[in-house]
Amino acid sequence: MSENKLLRKDFMNIVWGAAGLLAITELSLVGLSFLSPRTAEGEFGGVFKLGHYDQYPAGSVTLVEAGRFYLVRLPEGGLLAVYRRCTHLGCAVPYDLSVGKFVCPCHGSEFTMDGDVLNEPASRPLDLFTLSVNEVGEIEVDTSSPVERDQASPNHIVYI
Amino acid sequence: MTDHPTHPPEKPALLTRIQQSIQRGPIRPPDDRSRMKMVMNSLILHIHPSKVSKPALKFTYTFGLGGLLILLGSILAVTGILLLFVYTPSPDAAYDSMIALQTEINFGNLIRNLHHWSGNLMVVVGVLHLLRVFYTAGFTRPREFNWVMGITLLLLIIAANFTGYLLPWDQLAYWAVTVGTSLFDYIPIIGEPLTRLLLGGPEVGTATLTNFYGLHIAVIPLAIFAIVSFHIWRVRKDTITVPREINQERDKGKVTTLPHLVSIEFVFALVWLALLITWAAFVNAPLEEAANPAHSPNPAKAAWYFMGFQELLLHFHPVFGAIIIPGLGLMVLILVPYLDQDMETTGIWFRSVLGRILAGLSFFLGVAGTFGFVWLNEYYLDFPGWLPFLPSSISNGWVPLAVILLILIGYYELLKAFGIKTCEARQAIFTLLLASFATLTFVGIFLRGEGMALILPWS
Repeated sequence: MSENKLLRKDFMNIVWGAAGLLAITELSLVGLSFLSPRTAEGEFGGVFKLGHYDQYPAGSVTLVEAGRFYLVRLPEGGLLAVYRRCTHLGCAVPYDLSVGKFVCPCHGSEFTMDGDVLNEPASRPLDLFTLSVNEVGEIEVDTSSPVERDQASPNHIVYI
Repeated sequence: MTDHPTHPPEKPALLTRIQQSIQRGPIRPPDDRSRMKMVMNSLILHIHPSKVSKPALKFTYTFGLGGLLILLGSILAVTGILLLFVYTPSPDAAYDSMIALQTEINFGNLIRNLHHWSGNLMVVVGVLHLLRVFYTAGFTRPREFNWVMGITLLLLIIAANFTGYLLPWDQLAYWAVTVGTSLFDYIPIIGEPLTRLLLGGPEVGTATLTNFYGLHIAVIPLAIFAIVSFHIWRVRKDTITVPREINQERDKGKVTTLPHLVSIEFVFALVWLALLITWAAFVNAPLEEAANPAHSPNPAKAAWYFMGFQELLLHFHPVFGAIIIPGLGLMVLILVPYLDQDMETTGIWFRSVLGRILAGLSFFLGVAGTFGFVWLNEYYLDFPGWLPFLPSSISNGWVPLAVILLILIGYYELLKAFGIKTCEARQAIFTLLLASFATLTFVGIFLRGEGMALILPWS
């Protein structure tokens, strides 16, 4: 009889403890998702519609200021959306037209047109945004999350 | 009415009764006993014990650093609350608030300067407070956990500074925070989501300002207040360590807190307040042009207290510069009181004459060695170039880290071989690392020019 009571007490302790943990976990998740970033279309973090790919000649680099990325049309015609943020310490990397590469003003990292590292201290290529071309040839770039890559690869390039 | 016989009680005057309803005892207690009682019964004075060690009142023991931190925290709270009434936390309006502080608002500049300089000074004084406790072995049993709380507080002070750094929304703020948060990005696995949560997106923007504002005005101050209360309560319970000279017995003498400690604190606070206001009246907090996310300055530097880490990152693979080395450092710092339990030297500066010499020597070696390493690394050392067949995490991470650890272990063993006591040898290693980090910070702040190239003052 008394043993049963003890078991019941232990059991209830565990149940209440677990309920407490569950409450803390749930409330933490609510808090975290409350704090998670929001995004809107046409703002940085949202989706950008950039019109027909014909507007961008081969071998051109066009800055999309609001989206903080460069629309790169490689000489052979492939498309890339290259994030402007330097992978070293986050500076805004301008494209130097005269030498045809990205040169970071902060700490001297250099990148090729497709974002690959030419010069340290940056340790990986510039990040990309997901770029897609629909049936009528219009370009869409989703800036919600940058795609990190360890090496530049032709797989990242979108061909039409 | 009751039927007890009533003697007309001596009724004090109304004003006296009001005063006694607030402060129960006499305002100026006449003797030690009532002074002690006043401390015990007062909410504010009760952060002190009723009696304190007489030798510990000596200024050159504590230098009043903990008290100064409380003063700076209070100044920050008051000026911070004033600034709240002027500041708008949005990218469009924040910089305008700064301009308004400079041009329209009465004493706007003075209040902002006081807030800015007190905040920065707090980092310096926090570190000095830590060093004072370290070099007098003030962390010995039962004070170990208070040391850990102290380190937590120092980290929170830095967090408060860093979140406040963004709020003016000028070029300095924008890029220092961009570079500073990019340092966290290098933490494996959790770095990227953590940075994203902190920034409210992939880079510094509207959401970042809102996040930093909330952290700066509510979360961090509340956390500091809570932990500081615990920290001071522990000091009161464990009592302060008693200073003494080498080969001297502990002086067990005690005096009442009121007036001996309280009067020192009052004068000290007043002098510092005067110094800070004078400084703030003449030296303006920096303000550059409004933040421009499209244009990075050259060079882009993190806030000054992060420059040691940014400098590390120039020399090591990111995972080592941003995580492994600072992480090891922090871990060792937290473990200090748990490793060192030499109670015999508590209260003696640098533990002994030999300890003083060794600390001085180690400091010199740390400065010279680090500066030499930075210089060699700029012009001659090239581990990744010499070991091209290895990934850079090994050639620029494990290899230099191993070299440095070997040097440290060698130094420690050398000291032990000369019969140096363990606690003094550990103190020497700590001093070497401290000097090294201080040198890195100095180089980062003062000797790095365009493209983070090393600029030597004589070249």
